Amino acid sequence: MSYLEYAIKTVPSGIRKVLYLNWPLVFLLTAISSVGFLMLYSVAGGSPQPWMEPQMERFGLGMVAMFAAAMVPIWFWRNISFVAYAVSLLLLIAVEIMGEIGMGAQRWIDLGFFQLQPSELMKIALVMVLAAYYDWLDVEKVSRPLWMLPPLLLILVPTALVLKQPDLGTAILLLAGGGFIMWLAGVHWAYFLAVIASGVSLVYAVMASRGTDWQLIKDYQFRRIDTFLDPTSDPLGAGYHITQATIALGSGGWTGRGFMQGTQSRLNFLPEKHTDFIFTTLAEEFGFVGASSLLGLYALVLVFCYISAMANRDRFSSLLILGIAATFFLFFSVNMAMVMGMAPVVGVPLPLVSYGGSAMMVLLGAFGLVQSAHVHRPR
Amino acid sequence: MRRSEKDVEKSSGIITRRAIVLGGLQLSMMGALGLRLRHMQVEEADEYRLLAEENRINVRLLAPQRGLIFDRNGRPVAQNDQNYRVVIVREDAGDVEAVLTRLTGLIELTPEEIERTLREVGRRSAFVPVTVKDQMPWEDLARVAINAPALPGVRPEVGQTRNYPLGQDFAHVVGYVGPVSDYDLSKMEDPDPLMQIPKFQIGKSGVEARMEEVLRGKAGNSQIEVNAVGRVMRELSRTEGASGRNLQLTIDAGVQNFTQARLDGESSGVVVVDCTNGDIIAAVSSPSFDPNLFVRGISVADYKSLTGNKYRPLASKTVQGTYPPGSTFKMVVALAALEAGVITPEGTEWCPGYLAAGGRRFHCWKSGGHGHVNLNGAIQQSCDVYFYEIAQKVGIDRVAAMAQRLGLGTRFDLPLSAISEGIAPDKDWKRRSYGQDWLVGDTLNASIGQGYVLASPLQLAVMTARIASGNAVMPRLIKTIDGVEQPVSAEPMGISPRHLRAVQTGMDSVSNTTRGTGYRSRVVDDAMRIAGKSGTSQVRNITKAERARGVTRNDQLPWERRDHALFVAYGPVPSPRYAVAVIVEHGGGGSSVAAPIARDVLLSAMTGGMPPLDAYPSSQRDGIAARFEAMPMHEQFRPKDGKSRA
Repeated sequence: MSYLEYAIKTVPSGIRKVLYLNWPLVFLLTAISSVGFLMLYSVAGGSPQPWMEPQMERFGLGMVAMFAAAMVPIWFWRNISFVAYAVSLLLLIAVEIMGEIGMGAQRWIDLGFFQLQPSELMKIALVMVLAAYYDWLDVEKVSRPLWMLPPLLLILVPTALVLKQPDLGTAILLLAGGGFIMWLAGVHWAYFLAVIASGVSLVYAVMASRGTDWQLIKDYQFRRIDTFLDPTSDPLGAGYHITQATIALGSGGWTGRGFMQGTQSRLNFLPEKHTDFIFTTLAEEFGFVGASSLLGLYALVLVFCYISAMANRDRFSSLLILGIAATFFLFFSVNMAMVMGMAPVVGVPLPLVSYGGSAMMVLLGAFGLVQSAHVHRPR
Repeated sequence: MRRSEKDVEKSSGIITRRAIVLGGLQLSMMGALGLRLRHMQVEEADEYRLLAEENRINVRLLAPQRGLIFDRNGRPVAQNDQNYRVVIVREDAGDVEAVLTRLTGLIELTPEEIERTLREVGRRSAFVPVTVKDQMPWEDLARVAINAPALPGVRPEVGQTRNYPLGQDFAHVVGYVGPVSDYDLSKMEDPDPLMQIPKFQIGKSGVEARMEEVLRGKAGNSQIEVNAVGRVMRELSRTEGASGRNLQLTIDAGVQNFTQARLDGESSGVVVVDCTNGDIIAAVSSPSFDPNLFVRGISVADYKSLTGNKYRPLASKTVQGTYPPGSTFKMVVALAALEAGVITPEGTEWCPGYLAAGGRRFHCWKSGGHGHVNLNGAIQQSCDVYFYEIAQKVGIDRVAAMAQRLGLGTRFDLPLSAISEGIAPDKDWKRRSYGQDWLVGDTLNASIGQGYVLASPLQLAVMTARIASGNAVMPRLIKTIDGVEQPVSAEPMGISPRHLRAVQTGMDSVSNTTRGTGYRSRVVDDAMRIAGKSGTSQVRNITKAERARGVTRNDQLPWERRDHALFVAYGPVPSPRYAVAVIVEHGGGGSSVAAPIARDVLLSAMTGGMPPLDAYPSSQRDGIAARFEAMPMHEQFRPKDGKSRA
């Protein structure tokens, strides 16, 4: 397939493309990132160092990447989807091998100016490749078992690799994100039912494997599950993180303790206060009003993505936008569920708010693809 | 290949439908997140906020200074000494082992102390100070302080420890303090938060224990903000506590020390009471022990030597020990009979040397008998038969009632450990205790202070004070609390002065007439003349087998089975001021062993220190001067010229 199927004449060209960007989305992403800057400033005890300034730099870089990606026609992105996926997979294998040959359990590749996590890249590459696959595949064949094998392999191979790192959070994101796209592409619902059923059985098997020779996950992951089920069982040990997080979150009340007044994060009761648990600081300092506002911003991002996807008659574009939105949704909902004690602590950052270069860059880059799809939609 | 319009429609139709389902799923997930957020932040906010405060604020207790204890003249009896110690903080020290090695060059550290410190340091967080050495001399502390730059993380500190400067003199009265134990805690209903301080010192016995609440003071506290690992971030507020209140005892440390030294390790108890107000001037149990040993933590060997000693140094013989009062009980019988009107002071009884009753003979100590004796003669010579006769007349119940009025068989409420009630038996008591009827023989035994009668030296001293003053003086041990005088009680007993005078005259005759049993221990200075009564109480009878072996005299028996020697006395006779009771366990005869002690102690109480030699009969002065010279007294209580005041 080629871009010739699009009515190119109706697509804006050159600098005019800027006018056709999905600007509400740009503002929303900036607003969410700004919340992140504020919180990073707060958890550093009222200092732009060590987190806020680097985060702003990366946000700047990410925005540039987003605009750049938005300028590139969507069919280009579709055509390099498989390449992007292959590169990401190779990088994933590379960090795996580097770990094997004694550099420790590294999850990133040092690019000099920044440390790239191939697993972050993979989250987007997987969405791209699946969208491209289902764009290419005849709609009639979507639910045929043979045609379901390639997407399943595309999902499961990187999932297995990140699970081996081990990075449970990313594995869940890849698995669920991939599943969402297959759902959107129209795979018959009976498959999903079967997968959910076997998933439940798998969880059962994992729990049953505990303490045996064929134990499927690591002890610390078992302990995380234990403390998820009952955080009070070990309040100063494994359950400490979640107990402290819920205390901080709950003590925020309606309007919070005020900016920079959160005692729990200030006094280091909170672990990972600038990364995975930053939402608790926000909730403590700005209360229910602040925390639910952030949730609202995230929801608006989804809404604009859905609107853009529905209005887009290009199959690849729709699937890509919805896939990226789903990944974004998984990011923030798993993170929030985690810090609120509704899900195990699996190490998923709060998108655009948590401190971390890779995630910020990759997410903004991904929204660049959304913008590109939006700008270059068939009219 | 170009997609047909139909295909595009179909494809976007599927996506739209599926997207609506997925969107609904995501929306409901977000709804769940929002509800959870609302639940935690709005409905349960108060609970979490409380948890957050607990997290953040740590209350650190500031130990108050324990109240001091003084004698009646303001001499310190229990005080708080500066306790110098050196602590080390790991995070400041860096290499703890190297720093300790350097410290060893300055102060003496045993390998055990170093090892213990290293173990402790390894166990605690890096910022927690660990004590390296306790109870250091000031010089060592100064050396450490001067060399501080070379000793990172090492800090000299000052704490407080209890000290009893008079050592053994007040061991049984004031007692001692020690670290609070689990057993102590289990006994407390609502333990003071101070008890949480590790090794917090509380009173373990005596006044220290019974006046604990007064002495302890109130804990101050310092609210500190801590972080998750317990490091102190800053102090939020500080409330100073209140020091414990100071106590002043009624005891005169000079008299106490003289008495302790006079007893010189003999197994005995002596109590001196002020006849006018009940103040306990001295309460000495001998042998004693050094309470400071317990404060520092007594060694097993020291403790064993205390518990293994047959003279029982840990027992407080003045209030805990009860003994048959022997003939010192005869005043009780006499007063009971006089008050009941069954005898007059002038009336006589016939003493043939024994009294036959209940099918057996009750002997007088003088086998030949005293012939016709009146009350005065009976007390003076301690005629047993006279008291057998009058006790039968008055009956045991009225004797027991008089004993109670005089303070026997009564548990005085003093802040001392293990105060015994003693026994002033009557018919009812025997029925309750033994389920048996009272027999005539019981009355006869009781009339001479044997049998069931038991009294402590404190009770005998109070009895003597009440006889001497006619007032129901209540013993008092605490004179002031923080300078506030404590109440005294000395209501008239309502015993006829004539009857009292008859008994007092009898006691005067004991000490001051040639036939009196206490004549050898008289005071010749009329201004300090004493009146007393001896007592010799049998621990058990000499058995037939022993008699067969030729054992007839007390000093031929093993120590545990010899008689107790007792003497009660008061003085000066013209206006009684002090009453004393002396008991020497298994000491032998009351008049020969206990009476000289009673005289010395009374003279000491009257002069407030060393007895004046010229109060003694001239023939005894040299021997007494030599004895005083040899007595192990504290230097501060000896007259400056090295001689007795004359």
